[in-house]
Amino acid sequence: MELQVPEADVANRTAAIADGHLNVEGPLLPILHDVQKEFGCVPEAALRVIADKLNLSRAEVHGVMSFYHDFRQEPAGRHVLKICRAEACQSVGGEVLAEGVRKALGIGWHETTPDGRITLEPVYCLGLCSCAPAAMFDGELHGRLDDAALSGIVMEAGR
Amino acid sequence: MSLIKETDYGTPASASENKITLSIDGFEVTVPEGTSVMRAAMETGIQIPKLCATDMVDAFGSCRLCLVEIEGRRGTPSSCTTPAEDGMVVQTQTGRLKDIRRGVMELYISDHPLDCLTCAANGDCELQDMAGAVGLRDVRYGYDGGNHVKQRDGGGEVNARFMSKDESNPYFTYDPSKCIVCSRCVRACEEVQGTFALTIEGRGFGSRVSAGMHESFLNSECVSCGACVQACPTATLQEKSVIDIGQPEHSLVTTCAYCGVGCSFKAEMRGQELVRMVPYKDGKANHGHSCVKGRFAYGYASHKDRILNPMIRDKITDPWKEVSWEEALSFAANRLRAIQYEHGKESIGVITSSRCTNEETYLVQKLTRAVFLNNNTDTCARVCHSPTGYGLGQTFGTSAGTQDFDSVEQADVVLVIGANPTDGHPVFASRLKKRLRQGAKLIVVDPRRIDLVRTPHVSAAHHLALRPGTNVAVVTALAHVIVTEGLFDEDFIRTRCDWDEFQEYAEFVADSAHAPETVEALTGVPAAELRAAARLYARGGNGAIYYGLGVTEHSQGSTTVIGIANLAMLTGNIGRPGVGVNPLRGQNNVQGSCDMGSFPHELPGYRHVNNADVRDVFEKAWGVSISDEPGLRIPNMLDAAVEGTFRGLYCQGEDILQSDPDTKHVSAGLAAMDCVIVHDLFLNETANYAHVFLPGSTFLEKDGTFTNAERRINRVRKVMAPKNGYADWEVTQLLANAMGAGWSYTHPSQIMDEIAATTPSFANVSYRLLDEKGSVQWPCNDSTPVGSPVMHVDGFVRGKGRFIRTDYIATDEKTGPRFPLLLTTGRILSQYNVGAQTRRTENVVWHDEDVLEIHPHDAETRGVKEGDWVKLASRSGETSLKASLTDRVSPGVVYTTFHHPSTQANVITTDYSDWATNCPEYKVTAVQVSPSNGPTDWQEQYEEFSVRARRIEAAE
Repeated sequence: MELQVPEADVANRTAAIADGHLNVEGPLLPILHDVQKEFGCVPEAALRVIADKLNLSRAEVHGVMSFYHDFRQEPAGRHVLKICRAEACQSVGGEVLAEGVRKALGIGWHETTPDGRITLEPVYCLGLCSCAPAAMFDGELHGRLDDAALSGIVMEAGR
Repeated sequence: MSLIKETDYGTPASASENKITLSIDGFEVTVPEGTSVMRAAMETGIQIPKLCATDMVDAFGSCRLCLVEIEGRRGTPSSCTTPAEDGMVVQTQTGRLKDIRRGVMELYISDHPLDCLTCAANGDCELQDMAGAVGLRDVRYGYDGGNHVKQRDGGGEVNARFMSKDESNPYFTYDPSKCIVCSRCVRACEEVQGTFALTIEGRGFGSRVSAGMHESFLNSECVSCGACVQACPTATLQEKSVIDIGQPEHSLVTTCAYCGVGCSFKAEMRGQELVRMVPYKDGKANHGHSCVKGRFAYGYASHKDRILNPMIRDKITDPWKEVSWEEALSFAANRLRAIQYEHGKESIGVITSSRCTNEETYLVQKLTRAVFLNNNTDTCARVCHSPTGYGLGQTFGTSAGTQDFDSVEQADVVLVIGANPTDGHPVFASRLKKRLRQGAKLIVVDPRRIDLVRTPHVSAAHHLALRPGTNVAVVTALAHVIVTEGLFDEDFIRTRCDWDEFQEYAEFVADSAHAPETVEALTGVPAAELRAAARLYARGGNGAIYYGLGVTEHSQGSTTVIGIANLAMLTGNIGRPGVGVNPLRGQNNVQGSCDMGSFPHELPGYRHVNNADVRDVFEKAWGVSISDEPGLRIPNMLDAAVEGTFRGLYCQGEDILQSDPDTKHVSAGLAAMDCVIVHDLFLNETANYAHVFLPGSTFLEKDGTFTNAERRINRVRKVMAPKNGYADWEVTQLLANAMGAGWSYTHPSQIMDEIAATTPSFANVSYRLLDEKGSVQWPCNDSTPVGSPVMHVDGFVRGKGRFIRTDYIATDEKTGPRFPLLLTTGRILSQYNVGAQTRRTENVVWHDEDVLEIHPHDAETRGVKEGDWVKLASRSGETSLKASLTDRVSPGVVYTTFHHPSTQANVITTDYSDWATNCPEYKVTAVQVSPSNGPTDWQEQYEEFSVRARRIEAAE
């Protein structure tokens, strides 16, 4: 993943991705996914190209993209930790757990550690209420977490 | 007078013919099938509380305020999204519903500022009304939780959710703190306007209305049509004029004075001050929609440049002297009489205005016919749609479009030729785009890639990007395909047209010289694309043709109009809704000014002056004898002026110097006259050559009628006293009387009565009928007492439709080594015509100068970069303007607008014109483009001259 992609490059690569989806019904979401895969986020320059390719307005593409939390405006860190903050997890100490890891990493929600290693995201229910408190690390689910287990996961992750 | 309140039924009307009956709160209601429960309730006067519903857009069901209980159904469905059914029993007010509504309102209000007393929408706020309607007394949630209202929270921390007001648009503000996220604006932008500039960004509590990609309104895709402002139930989207002035207290329905769509507006007033123009839902041309010009660009009416006192001067090199009306009129009358005495009665004439009312135009042509005793009258239609008059008159028998605008809702294939509706006729374009989104197909014939070719959710099936000047070849090639491939409608042709004439015509077009493959080299249109377009138009269902000045303003303009009429007759696309041939008229009253006998050879109602019976009607009414010799057209007047035989002109509401072709010839003609009377709001460019200036009145300051492109006669109503003292019709009457005419009209309705009495197609028109019906479409007489939405239903007006051969003859204006590019001209959304009005409004934020569109390839070979000054030279003259590089135009073609006098695009255009009507060939000029440092000598000299010519002597 490159951190700085020139705008013209974003446009060209996005156009190529969009072209590959033009004959799909409802191509916008698949295109957004592939663009995020390509750049680690959906850059603004890409949205303009997508709007043009699909004959949509900029507003419409922005409306869809901004509806989904998982489409990022900027690239995430190398690892993404999502901690559940919904009711079931809250009822068994999820808030304290979350606060602990936030302090340990020294960042707020939606932020990335200065070394670019971890991005912290809240999530509202992972469907693991029976194993609360729960979290997701790089797409992998973890249940019945406590401080030690969570920091273990976080610390063990490679750089 | 009071404020006109229109009923909001909540959801759009259903067009179904099946009726159903249901019971709402114990009242029986019968409505068309498909009507929502909400609308059905409103039909009986039961207003169900609502916030996200309004009848300009489809139901959405998000506000949860309009819930009802229906017998036999579980829960509380929203009445806006629930279709009424036969036998349904609905309750709109129960204890349960009241509790739900109050709870919902509490949530809304907990995130809404409580500054009602100082809010601009105070008195016109649906949120306020609903709080009242549901009996909101307390907000249990308080106001301290997460909100979008406060810039800082109680502890002084910045509230990240707060967004500040967007004041970027010159006419309205967006205040996110007042937004209840009902999506009405977003839906209005999508469904009504069709621009899709707005969206809801984010989700849940974080949802906000966003213009473009979280941009300011001005930088977004917004075209400032005002539909969102109209839809907003709160002060979130609010006219700046209402913020400045306050709520209006009375209103009158009137007609917009910009383009030929003729939108109806409510002029909402506070005393004599215009607060805002609000599109009127019952307006049959616009059905409650508007564009940036009609909705907002009325500031010119009170602009400081407006001249309010008459002025005279002996020579055009003298400064102007302000004088009394009596002095100005007697000065003018004496000069005109002196000219006639010395040079004969044919030596003076008039130019009527397509901007003024029918009544005013009628009086101006009456002035020349009954007082000057000649037929020297012409109008600006000469330079726009005169070929329409000729072409449709020859083929169909009337000089007007065949349909109403509603007809587009039933079109299946729309052929747009040489018109740019999204810029020139925006409200019609919105209706067209709506139909295209429903699946109708679009064919665009235009040298430039206009917005309609590809705009969100609309794309043309075919864009025939022809070389300027080859319209006839393309239209004839379309006919060739239809005839040779047997796609014509034989039944229609046999019954409605002359079969022998058809056969002769078919033989002509079937010649391989007209085959798409043959003309491809000439027109630049790929043959396969043209064939596909012809097949689509002929066999795609209801085919409707809309065309504009790109058709008429050519040396073969009339031929193209005839070719278009041929296409419609060939395919049987005439005489029912959804089809037809429709000229998109440029100005508000071009249709009317032509109807009113503005042309030198025609008395009102398109009847030739050599027809003694018709002359007799007017001679009896006016008590004079009318000349049977057609008078001079505008170009002939100017030629005669240069020769010295035409010496006096009364020019009402038209700036011929800026709008007519070959500016140098126009100025030479004007400079040679002894008495030029300009009757206008502003010291326009023509006034630089005038001896008498009579101040004009705006459309807000007079009564009258405009006739739009669909032949609809709409009322114009006086909402304020004329700032100059007299409405334009009064000024013309004063001038006539100064010359001894003895006219005594006291109200424009008397003029309309005279028109009705003398002109058969207007026989039943009266102000009483217009007040009763809102508007009527001529012909309006005993056979069609309430007007005619569609013409030629059972037969053509002339009897049999007439096919006429359309030989392509290339214009004499040809490219060559010195002038290798073709210039074509057009207009832009925010500006109007020569810009006399729109340049004096905030619309200049969108377009403050004319630019030259040039293809990057042509630019590169000339060393021209984006934004560079370039010199644009033709055989007629040269001017300078800035370049804009775009592939909207093909290589070899350049394009500009003509809204700004400093550019003077018409210095470039030539005096070639239509063979039948002299309509100038604005759309094709051979030019060269070269880098330049700034304005040309001509521009600088002209600027200096016009400053000098506009001097007004200080009052003593």
